[in-house]
Amino acid sequence: MELKEKLISSFLAFENHVDIDSPIHDVRSEAIKIFETQGFPTKKEEAWKYTSLNSILKHDYSVFPKNENTIEYNDVKKYFIHDIDSYKIVFIDGKYSSHLSQTTHDGIDVCLMSSALNKPKYQLIIQNYFNKIASKDSLTSLNTAFSQEGAYIQIPKNKVVDKPIQIIHFSTGNESALMQQPRNLIVVNENSHVQIIERHQSLTENPVLTNSVTEIFANKRAIIDYYKVQNDNEHASLIDNTFINQKQESHCSVHTFSFGGKLTRNNLNFYQNGERIDSTLKGVTIIGNKQHVDHNTLVHHIEPNCESHQDYKGIFNDSSTGVFNGKVVVNKEAQKTNAFQANNNILVSDKASINTKPQLEIFADDVKCSHGCTIGQLDENAMFYMRSRGIPEKEAKGLLMYAFSNNVLNSVKIPEIKQRITKIIATKLGVNIGFDL
Amino acid sequence: MNKYTEDDLREELKTKEYEYGFYTDIESDTFPIGLNEDIVKAISLKKEEPEWMTEWRLESFRAWKEMIEPEWANVNYVKPDFQAISYYSAPNSKPKYDSLDEVDPELLATFEKLGISLDEQKKLAGVAMDVVVDSVSVATTFKKTLNEKGIIFCSISEAIREHPELVKKYIGTVVPQKDNFYAALNSAVFSDGSFCYIPKGVRCPMELSTYFRINQAGTGQFERTLLIADEDSYVSYLEGCTAPSRDENQLHAAVVELIALEGAEIKYSTVQNWYPGNSEGKGGVYNFVTKRGICEKNAKISWTQVETGSAITWKYPSCILKGDNSVGEFYSIAVTNNFQQADTGTKMIHLGKNTKSTIISKGISAGKSQNSYRGLVQISSRADNARNFSQCDSLLMGNECGAHTFPYIEAKNKSAIIEHEATTSKIGEDQIFYCNQRGIDTEKAIALIVNGFSKEVLNKLPMEFAIEAQKLLEISLEGSVG
Repeated sequence: MELKEKLISSFLAFENHVDIDSPIHDVRSEAIKIFETQGFPTKKEEAWKYTSLNSILKHDYSVFPKNENTIEYNDVKKYFIHDIDSYKIVFIDGKYSSHLSQTTHDGIDVCLMSSALNKPKYQLIIQNYFNKIASKDSLTSLNTAFSQEGAYIQIPKNKVVDKPIQIIHFSTGNESALMQQPRNLIVVNENSHVQIIERHQSLTENPVLTNSVTEIFANKRAIIDYYKVQNDNEHASLIDNTFINQKQESHCSVHTFSFGGKLTRNNLNFYQNGERIDSTLKGVTIIGNKQHVDHNTLVHHIEPNCESHQDYKGIFNDSSTGVFNGKVVVNKEAQKTNAFQANNNILVSDKASINTKPQLEIFADDVKCSHGCTIGQLDENAMFYMRSRGIPEKEAKGLLMYAFSNNVLNSVKIPEIKQRITKIIATKLGVNIGFDL
Repeated sequence: MNKYTEDDLREELKTKEYEYGFYTDIESDTFPIGLNEDIVKAISLKKEEPEWMTEWRLESFRAWKEMIEPEWANVNYVKPDFQAISYYSAPNSKPKYDSLDEVDPELLATFEKLGISLDEQKKLAGVAMDVVVDSVSVATTFKKTLNEKGIIFCSISEAIREHPELVKKYIGTVVPQKDNFYAALNSAVFSDGSFCYIPKGVRCPMELSTYFRINQAGTGQFERTLLIADEDSYVSYLEGCTAPSRDENQLHAAVVELIALEGAEIKYSTVQNWYPGNSEGKGGVYNFVTKRGICEKNAKISWTQVETGSAITWKYPSCILKGDNSVGEFYSIAVTNNFQQADTGTKMIHLGKNTKSTIISKGISAGKSQNSYRGLVQISSRADNARNFSQCDSLLMGNECGAHTFPYIEAKNKSAIIEHEATTSKIGEDQIFYCNQRGIDTEKAIALIVNGFSKEVLNKLPMEFAIEAQKLLEISLEGSVG
């Protein structure tokens, strides 16, 4: 059976064990209809021109895991940023794992989507925020239809969250092929500040497809730093849909580190609904073999005096392919917008390829918008300089590539993440970068 | 004086009417409207074409019938009714003239109004003009000089009759009949156009030039240009257009094919000023053009265009860099005003080794217009050491217009170096202030800035054309270009 049909029929089974009288269920039913009419995106669609889902849709994914699986903390410790204290929301095969997690209701809510959807005390927030900014495209709708579990984070006014929050999804491989659809909702109220780390990790070589949707609401003057660490094995695919709605004077940054996975697609959407907003989108991609990473970003400037910064670096080895499709839209009213977009790529191998499409759509005249995009090689002079001083070629290359991606790391605010990423980069490049941060 | 602000300029731009909007009343020999195989055959017959050509047209027509109009461009318009157009129209005063004196005086007056009096051109510019009014070329000058060098420069119909071997060999090789909707339509019904062949090692001594005009109400013009530069030759070709003011939308679907053989260089410059519609966005020409060139080893093709007219522009002069060490260039200024919409750009397809391409695109939007740059840079896996530099700058005047960039970059070779840069800005207050401070009034300051903004492209135009280009820019942005 085709995956599409399987999902549609699974929806009927899904209805049996969720509350079909809740208003959320109307949203779900509507969403499955959208998915049913649109189906999975194909290369014929402009937004998917360079990314084909065919290779990952052919598996017979189980949509609901049959049994609960547990894993020992020590086995997966390395996937946590374990050297800092943090709140943790951990899922194993899409099911919440209480013994690995550390949630809280003390002043802030760091808990589960399932409880937020079902408990009356969260009803108002769910009504106001759930599925309000998620787009109506087919994959997001598919997630909406099956939305049940995920992370729910709600920070009240004037609160600086004392430690970062880690959201980690493990898949155990106990199913021969698994499809998961986590749904996250993050609401940060006025003047509050939160840091979030998200990671997807597959523990075996059984194929996993994750279709994740995260909705983030930043109210006035909120500050949100979001880090996505994508270093999965080459059998796991991730379609990440993130929607961020910003109110005035809020600052949001999303850093995406794509180092692994068979196919990774990041749909990152920023909507600036207020003045003097700052949005930052940064990413480092280092991949090899037959991996594929696609960054699809949108920054929609709706009101005046806002800024956005995009900076994506990519290093592509072997037969890997990279896609960058960045779009900046500036509405007529959004005067004095300052939008900056850069995408720099290095192709290391002849079989690797990169497709990039940085777009600007501008309707206001008093704006400063620029985008730059380069594809090139490492500077021969710099290589020569280092090699003439006794640094081996491999090390020299590693150093240059590290320097190349350094811009993005500069704005990472949690030192432990910076260190971790540096280590991953060093491993990826096969060198020991012998300096601490 | 210094009260002249950008608002005034905008006001002026809004009300500025198309200066060259006049209509020459010449009797025309026009086909009934509509399109079917009979019309295609009739066009072919009328042009006294050989059978292979008729067949080629019919083949295109059949392909066209199967195709659908593309909708991906960032433009909105009422689709033309292809059955409501007459596909052939020629000025009536036949046969062809031997000298200028025989040309319909009314027609000559038309050209004079445009400031391109043939005599003047002859004397001053040394430009050979193959003037096309509607669909048939009526005067060819300097043919003698060109003949001596072995250069063939004539209308495409004449070429089909007299040099069938060349036409047959090259037509449709760069833009295949089925390339796209409009190219297929053009291949089926093209009425006339220019043909040029530069023999081996010849450097064309003058700028070749041709003028197209849409003249008869309701006639779409479908030119076909074929330009072949044989090994190690050089040619600079100019093409310019103005069209009379008319309310009915006119369709213009041209195909231009350039072939630069080993070591050849072609410089193709266009000034396009079709009627853009009035200030309410009524009327105007639909300009759907397919232009493409192919470069063999060590060859070079350079496209320069100044686009100021047309209600809708859909145009992507492209280069296929097939041979090693070949070079492609694209320089463009696109000005849109009122309700004009332009979706223009280029494709650089790097196939050979050490190929280089440069793209400089300047978009100026005013009024309620939309100006898009859409480009593709493609580096194939065997194009070692390919190099591309692209720069797209947009200038916005007023907050009702839009500027868009859609660059596609596809690299499959690790030694490729590609740079792309785009900026969008308005005329800076500080820039104007700087000029004002030094005693330059605002109007002149704007002129200075717009001129400077477009300089990189204007500089690429041949001398004779640069003046013309400036003139045409004036119509679109009167008061801002000095």
